[in-house]
Amino acid sequence: MSESGAVLTGEHFMNGDIAAAEGALAAGCTFFAGYPITPATEVAERMAERLPELGGIYIQMEDEIASMGAILGAAWGGRKSMTATSGPGFSLMMENLGLGMMTETPCVLVNVQRGGPSTGLPTLVGQQDMMQARWGSHGDYGVIALCPNSPQECFDLTIEAFNLAETYRMPVLVMSDEVIGHMTEKVVIPAAERIQLTPRRHTTLAPAEYRPFAPGADLVPEMVAAGRNYRIHVTGLTHDERGYPAVTAAVQERMVPRLTEKVRANAGRIVRFAAGGLEDAQVVVVCYGITSRVAQLAVEMARGQGLKVGLFRLITAWPFPEPALRELSGRVRGFVVPEINLGQMVYEVERCAAGRAKTLLVPHPGGGVHDPETILAAIEEAAR
Amino acid sequence: MNKQERAAGESAPAGNPAVAPPDAAPEGTAGRQHPKDRLLRGDRLPHIWCPTCGIGTCVSSFIEAIEESGIAEERFAIVSGIGCTGRVAGYVKLDSFHTTHGRAIPFATGLHLANPELKVVVFSGDGDLVAIGGNHLIHAARRNVDITVICLNNFIYGMTGGQAAPTTPFSARTTTTPYGNSEYPFNVPHLVASCGASYVARWTALHVRRMKRAMIEAIAKRGFSFVEVIAPCSTLYARKNRLGTGFDLMKFYHDNCEIRHGANTAEVDIGFQERIVVGKFVDIEKPTFLDRMQENMQRHTRKG
Repeated sequence: MSESGAVLTGEHFMNGDIAAAEGALAAGCTFFAGYPITPATEVAERMAERLPELGGIYIQMEDEIASMGAILGAAWGGRKSMTATSGPGFSLMMENLGLGMMTETPCVLVNVQRGGPSTGLPTLVGQQDMMQARWGSHGDYGVIALCPNSPQECFDLTIEAFNLAETYRMPVLVMSDEVIGHMTEKVVIPAAERIQLTPRRHTTLAPAEYRPFAPGADLVPEMVAAGRNYRIHVTGLTHDERGYPAVTAAVQERMVPRLTEKVRANAGRIVRFAAGGLEDAQVVVVCYGITSRVAQLAVEMARGQGLKVGLFRLITAWPFPEPALRELSGRVRGFVVPEINLGQMVYEVERCAAGRAKTLLVPHPGGGVHDPETILAAIEEAAR
Repeated sequence: MNKQERAAGESAPAGNPAVAPPDAAPEGTAGRQHPKDRLLRGDRLPHIWCPTCGIGTCVSSFIEAIEESGIAEERFAIVSGIGCTGRVAGYVKLDSFHTTHGRAIPFATGLHLANPELKVVVFSGDGDLVAIGGNHLIHAARRNVDITVICLNNFIYGMTGGQAAPTTPFSARTTTTPYGNSEYPFNVPHLVASCGASYVARWTALHVRRMKRAMIEAIAKRGFSFVEVIAPCSTLYARKNRLGTGFDLMKFYHDNCEIRHGANTAEVDIGFQERIVVGKFVDIEKPTFLDRMQENMQRHTRKG
């Protein structure tokens, strides 16, 4: 255990939700605001237990709208902050997620997906919020969303989410799911000094020179916390480099496309995926989260039959690994996309395939994971 | 027209040094500053508020309250929601946050808890704080979180053109209650007092010194402090109800306000053009949310 106690160095047996909480603590998160919701409650419970002992703040807010609002406020108060929720709460957070995007506020939102729509399947798995993660709040903005497929990755990717939030000065999403959140496995937490952390990009400029929304070369502006006599103004209105409201088409054109562009232009540095068996593949299974573990079995079964199949697992769902999939689509016969929804990320795959490779969705309405046989059947069809 | 627009839109005639550049101060004011400029974002003026709107008066009292609070200015952070009063954060030269509709209080709660050294003040309107933000208001009061909320109540939604609010008096006309308001309005001081606020006062835009004094007390108060300011909306509320101008509403406050410190908040509800009870209703000492949290942690540590 590290000196501060924030990093529980060692080997553990823990579920994905708890691992996400531990990842946040290891990343230096000292503020959590949340609202109980299955299957994400364990994240809040772990933070409620751990944060006060570490001198951090845990607060249970009155709803998810307030939770998201509070973590934005805490970020401007100088802290690394996080919330965690599931579908219905994720819907409520969309409003202040948009404020976070517009005001370029670093923070992390963990969504442990369950089946929907509406109250749906509170205790059972879904992957139905993937497009909501990309487009859920109104207006145009870029999104970074990470998809763990194990408790270990819940730990690792939550740290990564904090680092990305600081690098690009924006809320970052961890799109977990009920099975990953509730699955208990070995989680190895490294020594604190072996965990790479990205500090907040505080400005070194004097107050008179500093402009809170003037971007650097990587399209990201530096930040300053409240209380340092910079007298900043931060607004959800379209604003100029000073942060002053400027509700005109000209300022909109100058300021707002950058919110999308800072992710798109840096996508090469952000995108992560795990691939196997692509060298000779005629069919590639594109998957993420818990579905990738079922797909793995289907791929092995197909390989056992002599089919040339590869596996392409999204670690970042957003930004989507467009160049890699475009390249693949020029040399494979087809893509198979199993997901626990009736078709979401498959549209991205289809867009990259652009008619050069067939794209087969293997839908699942939620409440359970795929039967590997159904994925195998799709692989066989794609190979034909 | 602000300075920047003027600078971009016009230029001094070339080669004629006798003509002052367009951004020069008017004659006789050169080198002089408005006494409150230091705490206002002069480069954002003129503001958007209508003539005889009560918000400017409240901002003046607020700025004086900050100056007289004895607290370093850089320790203040102002958080507003959406609406006419929501624009206050944008004109005050302090760390200021203009958030989403109704959500100023949760944002302020996070900001305060992240850095309790800050003096976090929410400055917003009745529609923002009591309708869409009502749930956050009652929970912040219940927790006794150490922030100050200034609620400017003009009985109407101004920014969107004069619709009914949960504070609109019974029978008052708005664009969405053309036959008179059928709803019972919130008695806002009673609401927050019932939920556990440590400080609750109400004044009107007429009572500039008392309002300022209440703001100073509220800022100094440890715990959830709340100041309601009844203020004229001349363009919409007064016009829709044929009440004259903002000046006539100020006269109405003068003739119909009753100062009753320590009044039972259950009795301070506001009827249409009826008497308005003002004063300091609640001023108590009780542990804040952070106090309680520390208390629990200490107890836990002692038990080992």
